[in-house]
Amino acid sequence: MRLPGDSPPPHAEEPSAGRGLEARNASSPLLEARAVTRSFGGGGGWFGAARPALVAVDRVSFALRPGETLGIVGESGSGKSTLARMLVGLLQPSAGAVALDGETLDLGRSGDRRRLQRRVQMVFQDPASAMNPRKTVGASVEAPMIGLKGWDAARRKARVAELFTRVGLAPGHAGRHPHEFSGGQLQRIGVARALAAEPAIVVLDEPVSALDVSVQAQVLALLRELRDGSGLSLVFVSHDLAVVEALCDRVMVMRRGRVVEEGACRTVLAAPREEYTCELVDAARRLAA
Amino acid sequence: MSVLARLLRQPFAVAGLALVLGFVALALAAPFLPLLDPNATEPANRLAAPGAAGHLLGTDQLGRDILARLIFGLRVSLAVGVAATLAAALVGGIIGLVAAFYGRWVDGALMRLVDVLMAFPYLLLALAVVAALGPGLTNAALAIAIVNVPFFARAVRGQALGIVRRDYVAAARLAGFSDLRILVSEVLPNVAPLLIVTAATTIGWMILETAGLSFLGLGAQPPQADLGSMLGDGRKVVAAAPHVAAAPGVVVFVLVVGLNLLGDGLRDALDPRMKGAETGVPQPATRVERGRAASGTLGHEASGALANSVLDVRALSTAFATPRGSFPAIRDVSFALRAGEALGIVGESGSGKSVTALSLARLAPTPPGTIVSGEVRIGGDDVLDLSLDALRRLRGDRIAYVFQDPLTTLNPLMRIDAQIVEAIRPGPGEGAKALRARARALMADVGLPDPGRIARAYPHELSGGQRQRVGVAMALANAPDVLIADEPTTALDATTQGRILELFARIRRERGAALIFVSHDVGVVAHLCDRIAVMYAGEIVEEGPARAVAERPLHPYAARLIACAPQLGQPDKPLAPIPGAPPAIDARPDGCAFAPRCDHAIDACRAGPIPLEDAGDDRRVRCIRWRELLGEAA
Repeated sequence: MRLPGDSPPPHAEEPSAGRGLEARNASSPLLEARAVTRSFGGGGGWFGAARPALVAVDRVSFALRPGETLGIVGESGSGKSTLARMLVGLLQPSAGAVALDGETLDLGRSGDRRRLQRRVQMVFQDPASAMNPRKTVGASVEAPMIGLKGWDAARRKARVAELFTRVGLAPGHAGRHPHEFSGGQLQRIGVARALAAEPAIVVLDEPVSALDVSVQAQVLALLRELRDGSGLSLVFVSHDLAVVEALCDRVMVMRRGRVVEEGACRTVLAAPREEYTCELVDAARRLAA
Repeated sequence: MSVLARLLRQPFAVAGLALVLGFVALALAAPFLPLLDPNATEPANRLAAPGAAGHLLGTDQLGRDILARLIFGLRVSLAVGVAATLAAALVGGIIGLVAAFYGRWVDGALMRLVDVLMAFPYLLLALAVVAALGPGLTNAALAIAIVNVPFFARAVRGQALGIVRRDYVAAARLAGFSDLRILVSEVLPNVAPLLIVTAATTIGWMILETAGLSFLGLGAQPPQADLGSMLGDGRKVVAAAPHVAAAPGVVVFVLVVGLNLLGDGLRDALDPRMKGAETGVPQPATRVERGRAASGTLGHEASGALANSVLDVRALSTAFATPRGSFPAIRDVSFALRAGEALGIVGESGSGKSVTALSLARLAPTPPGTIVSGEVRIGGDDVLDLSLDALRRLRGDRIAYVFQDPLTTLNPLMRIDAQIVEAIRPGPGEGAKALRARARALMADVGLPDPGRIARAYPHELSGGQRQRVGVAMALANAPDVLIADEPTTALDATTQGRILELFARIRRERGAALIFVSHDVGVVAHLCDRIAVMYAGEIVEEGPARAVAERPLHPYAARLIACAPQLGQPDKPLAPIPGAPPAIDARPDGCAFAPRCDHAIDACRAGPIPLEDAGDDRRVRCIRWRELLGEAA
């Protein structure tokens, strides 16, 4: 495991396919996890013996630089989704901290959560559950502009139209309700909502796992566009190595709450060093056509 | 708007609405109607019979006009019932929302408080409240409201608990919304239908409860009339003048019936869970109504009769009933399998791959499904002709299924060995001990570690991979000729998925059963199966040897599908998305279903149905341009 301030492992510095170089050199980390730990349950019961807590995320550290795309892979129960929720302040670490622009945040305080959420937004796994069925999708996309930016109605409307166009939907669709869209369209609207308040980082929690292959390709194409066309940093959580490889610069392999291996995505997935990563890569390769 | 339309489609609800509107109109209009003073006594004219001069419904023991008292009493009872309901809904709703939203100790404290309220019989609690506050209509209404708060609180909390875990609530938090704003704009609109339904179905009950308190003399105080106190007054003279009690009794009865009919109608119109109830009782086997649709025999000759096939499917079509009519979910599906052969059916959601798999043993749900044409031959018998008894013997014995999520197919309350034993058809004279031994053998066969421990375990105590192995063991229990696996590894992690696929490969080798493996993943299918059938919009668009189809697809859809899947080791693969979306079940084009999204479509593609054409090398393709496209690619 790497602590902030340590020099990065050698293959992390390898430039990937000639893009993002200038972003990479822009030095100081944007978002950091500093020995972040999260446990659930446990503690002493009123009756009977105390149960041991389940440690979902165990002292995980990493640093995300501007413009970088970090993949977090692991099987179910590896703690990757818990980690993602802590990165946006939806869950509080039991120990350790999340830092933004080098400053440690106290996610127990609403002011710090707000500061984090102005810069970091999230796209969720299940597009159907991520949109309020009783609100128009336009209203859902507008929400961060109201809550975080306080923009006036005219500016919000213009931004919604701009975002809808950007994710490949007609601006007129903003007035419709979620049930009028397919899963892939809803997921693109989810991306639009995450971008609404102009964040620097978007955390995506299994954003294409619930989608069909051809629809997944639509969302991946959009994410590749975002990665290449803006200075946005992405944290991409997935159990699908092929998808991560198609999108990410750097990858972090998690198992049982801990980081097993970390490094440049192509290097790690082509020549894994750790036994567990080998196992994952072998399993994925065997199934490839 | 559609809620009102749905409400007006139900005759009972319309009747209830008419009754309630009539009573409400009467109550509102009471001061303007030419009625006598309801409180004016006329001792000389007591207990006048209905129809007496000036008193349409007669008079009570003080000579007061019963009609006037009835209408003014109705006004009071309705007002009290509505007010109590609103108060209970408001307070109960807030308690339920706050408890669900904050959870932990807030939830615990609020719900224990509600439990305490519920622990008292409602009348006793209402009596206690009235005793503490003193008799009177306001206090009675308050008591009724308090008594009903738990009802609302629990209903709203139950619903809201599901909603606060939804990702859109998390998204609202990320949008910087305050807790109050999230409750009001995200959670409340989603529990509002339930709140309205609960209020509508409770209001009649509350009017009855208020009447009960007034009947006991704790509600409306003389001389004020409400329906309950009128009943109470009438009871004293019920032998001499039954009409005094009968009039308010009938009104209470009809009013409450009307309110309940309306409430039930509202529930059905607002509660989406009730919509499914219209579809009726599921049948044990898919209905077969062949001969209705004569289309759908296209290309089934192309498959020909396959020598020594264990499964031969010809021109199978299954239609689904929708509100806009009946539409085929699968059309003209033909394939054949030899013993030990594995066929992978690949497609995206809605392509009909699961409907195909389920139709083979008539397991596609009826309603809404009906098999409208085709044959499914297993060892000479047409499954679609079999009686229900014969079908039951066939299922499990000759054709067995493994489903996607064993957690939903295994019985959570039965131990694993008991479930496997249940799946085994006992041989003659085979006792419980022998069956258990066979179950152990099956478990060992599917690679379950430590069968002794797992045999005694419950499904939730196993991992996903172990549960799926149990599912496979049950499917293998009677050595079926055909094993059908419907996305059996989709819910599993990659490494577990690999092990389960190895299990299927081994079963096929060792047992020689034919395997149908349904999946959305071309890679997985090509890895495991001999042949692949690619489905799109309910039709097989390409079929052939697995390697050949995966590496050199002929149909444009199959080609695009394979091209847009990311592949490990090819990080710069373009992943060109397919524009547009598959057609809805009721909007399939007449010609090629893929034509609207296809780069190569020409007018001829849209002209009419495209047959599944023999393409040589044991391949079939449903495209009129495959030869040209093959030429272009070369």
